[in-house]
Amino acid sequence: METIIDKSLEELFEEKIANEIRIEPKDWMPEQYRKTLVRQISQHAHSEIVGMLPEGNWITRAPSLKRKAILLSKVQDEAGHGLYLYSAAETLGTSRDQMIADLHSGKAKYSSIFNYPTLSWADIGAIGWLVDGAAIMNQVPLIRTSYGPYARAMVRVCKEESFHQRQGFEIMMTLCNGAPAQKKMAQEAFNRWWWPTLMMFGPKDSESPNTEQSMRWKIKRFTNDELRQRFVDMMVPQAEFLGLTVPDKDLTWNEAKNGYDFGDVDWEEFWNVVKGNGPCNKDRLSTRVKAHEEGAWVREAALAHAQKRAQREAEKQA
Amino acid sequence: MNQQKEWPLWEVFIRSKQGLDHKHVGSLHASDAEMAIQNARDVYTRRMEGVSIWVVESKHVHASNPDEAAAFFDPATDKVYRHPTFYEVPAEIKNM
Repeated sequence: METIIDKSLEELFEEKIANEIRIEPKDWMPEQYRKTLVRQISQHAHSEIVGMLPEGNWITRAPSLKRKAILLSKVQDEAGHGLYLYSAAETLGTSRDQMIADLHSGKAKYSSIFNYPTLSWADIGAIGWLVDGAAIMNQVPLIRTSYGPYARAMVRVCKEESFHQRQGFEIMMTLCNGAPAQKKMAQEAFNRWWWPTLMMFGPKDSESPNTEQSMRWKIKRFTNDELRQRFVDMMVPQAEFLGLTVPDKDLTWNEAKNGYDFGDVDWEEFWNVVKGNGPCNKDRLSTRVKAHEEGAWVREAALAHAQKRAQREAEKQA
Repeated sequence: MNQQKEWPLWEVFIRSKQGLDHKHVGSLHASDAEMAIQNARDVYTRRMEGVSIWVVESKHVHASNPDEAAAFFDPATDKVYRHPTFYEVPAEIKNM
């Protein structure tokens, strides 16, 4: 009996997906759909939160007050993006505490790009231009993702992200138009971030076990390789405009496919960083854990304060 | 790990400008209403998206059941006469 009911609910769900009707929090959904979304949205949220660290590193050393204000504002946006996404994930029945515990225990991942260090100011330009550029490429299709709250969060994120990319490009442009030493700084940062950025799109399609199901459920709209290709095609002309050399000897224009052929990503490095052995994995996580633990008394005090006030209010009423 | 209870969840509604409705924009955690409004300002109105904020603790929101949506909203589907387009108006009649 129960299986019959379940089947019709599942059919209803599949029908909505086929007809591009968004799934909303209280709608019936397959358990695996829910799990996939919790994993993807919480990892996305964690990436925004951990992503504040490499850039936060340069707030006190930004070269001018204008750049400092911009960077501060960008990092604050990243916190906001993390919060939109956590709240979207919470509509699926997981809790904030659970997600944070999973991040801190290493069970949940975040984008491996944030496990690379920001060695010079040019890295801040490269991150905005490349990393936020790649994030936009990933996120714009997510505006049409099948789960309503995730899609709505993406609308806000994408709107804000475009300032992030432009400010990064502007930093790069300023450096590239500056003294030879500045230009060199920009090229070195570009060399450092190009390949890790290409890794942001995830493993090759042939090695991405979740892609097929996610595409069928319209959580994902494009495969990892499709997005990576688009990104390369978009960025190469921008690098040329800046006078920067793409650090890929295999990069060539392919007239037939109307796109670039490019070298293979170092997948060994990718998996190594995913597994926790990147240059900054330990540092990033320990910084997060420390911030969380040192903030515990604030959270407790705020809760105690709210309870005390509520109690006083109740006594007044009585 | 610490055992501390989470701050309650609040739903946030924002009026983008005078004359428009408050619209649901998302949720956040805060220890009380005052903090929820302050956090909502920081999280949801960094680019002048609002002139007024409502917050409601999520546990106070009651919702219709989506599994019964078809039956629940069904009574409206066969009452086309509730729409002005149901009625025939001769072409000579203006301003109606």
